[in-house]
Amino acid sequence: MKSDELKSGPKQLKTASEHGIQAPLALLAELSHRCPLQCPYCSNPVQLEKKTGELTTDEWKSVIDQAVDMGMHQIHLSGGEPTVRHDLEDIVEHCTVKGLYSNLITSGVLLNPDRLKKLEKLGLEHVQLSFQDTDNENADRIGGYKGGHAKKLEVAKWVREVELPLTCNCVVHRQNIDNLENFIQMALDLDAERVEIAQVQYYGWALKNRAAFIPTPEQLDHATEIVEKARIDLKGKLVIDYVIPDYYAKHPKNCMGGWGRRFLNMNPKGEVLPCHAAETIPHLKFDNVREKSLKWIWENSEAFNLYRGTDWMPDPCKSCDRKEIDWGGCRCQAMALTGDAKNTDPACSISPLHKEIFAMAAEEARHAPPEFIYRRYGVRFNSPI
Amino acid sequence: MKDILKINESVKPKFPKHVRFRHNKARDEWVILAPERLVKLDPVAVEILKLVDGKVSVGEISTDLSKKFNAPKEVIMKDVIEMLQELSDKGFIEE
Ligand code: SF4
Ligand code: SF4
Repeated sequence: MKSDELKSGPKQLKTASEHGIQAPLALLAELSHRCPLQCPYCSNPVQLEKKTGELTTDEWKSVIDQAVDMGMHQIHLSGGEPTVRHDLEDIVEHCTVKGLYSNLITSGVLLNPDRLKKLEKLGLEHVQLSFQDTDNENADRIGGYKGGHAKKLEVAKWVREVELPLTCNCVVHRQNIDNLENFIQMALDLDAERVEIAQVQYYGWALKNRAAFIPTPEQLDHATEIVEKARIDLKGKLVIDYVIPDYYAKHPKNCMGGWGRRFLNMNPKGEVLPCHAAETIPHLKFDNVREKSLKWIWENSEAFNLYRGTDWMPDPCKSCDRKEIDWGGCRCQAMALTGDAKNTDPACSISPLHKEIFAMAAEEARHAPPEFIYRRYGVRFNSPI
Repeated sequence: MKDILKINESVKPKFPKHVRFRHNKARDEWVILAPERLVKLDPVAVEILKLVDGKVSVGEISTDLSKKFNAPKEVIMKDVIEMLQELSDKGFIEE
């Protein structure tokens, strides 16, 4: 009986190389889930890591070594809030020594000029500063942190003073999307190289707050117009990256170039995830760099191999000619909205659930926004490369 | 605020501070790295970019390459300008 069970057990999943997948390009390193802000759309898992479980400095250094040996190009130092770690300087320095391009993704509120100067000296290459809105009152309400916005404006100046390049990360939604022109102007005023305008994605906290965030189709059309015009006007001056919300797109976005195809995400305790929201898929088991090498994990980890390629897909994705373009959309969103991560992302207009969910979202957009549900701590902005 | 750069023969191109032109040992390939950007380069682009240092002009780069590849300077320069303009529009090259 036993041996029969073994034989008929789960069939062997294809590994990264069997899928023809090369080494990942970049690592999103969540150094800590601690964060002084409390954005209601934060994508960090509801179970936040405590400080005690976090990887040590040496463990991160070893991860960096492994990432470079694998051929990765960039590391995004993120959180929660990465600057809560006092060894951020050591980690940045190690990236520089190893030739890994380092990018700090921060809310900024814990930074001071000296620390920025030091980080720049140690070879930090870029800073991404998150903004919740363009005026103090709204921004501080959304971020749940008094004085936060004013502090961020100051931090942006310090960043430019030490000649670090700056990206303004702006998460837009129904309550601030009408300020889009101000966001772009703010980025120009702050002498940013780049502004990233992303819509809230709906899983984790954001899903609980969807009704408060979902923009109306009219708001969205208007926003797209503004971005298109600004892109022409500001060509060569300011790079504008803009992601429209899945709900109003015809097909889902090509999520991170496909599940487990280009990027790795690590949480503070060393678990390796195919994407930052993968913990919202309850049946996924993650391997940990404390037990296995990063290379082994990329090649063999079940959490990666489960949704690699197209073999796992049910219809309509299975028979769709876009399946190797968008890879069926977002697994986390499929999980959150349909209860099965394998399903076609309902953001796709071909999904049988699209109409129903789309109608629900549009309905929510028509009503007055309810109060936010705040999490305890954590700002987070995610869209590596 | 920066102005738009128009690449011509006398421009001395360089990489902005936050842009890295780097050889990745493990992959054995040259790439341009910038915030959330990665540009893979063909061999011709690599040859051009290896000469970019903020001190030599587009004209000098083209002369160099025309010798190296035994091709007329005008032909080379057209390619050099085109490629650098494209990279400059994306913020990967400045003067
Ligand atoms: S059906 Fe699936 S593969 Fe086709 S466009 Fe929609 S999500 Fe993409
Ligand atoms: S599966 Fe992709 S789109 Fe979905 S949350 Fe993860 S990274 Fe984002």
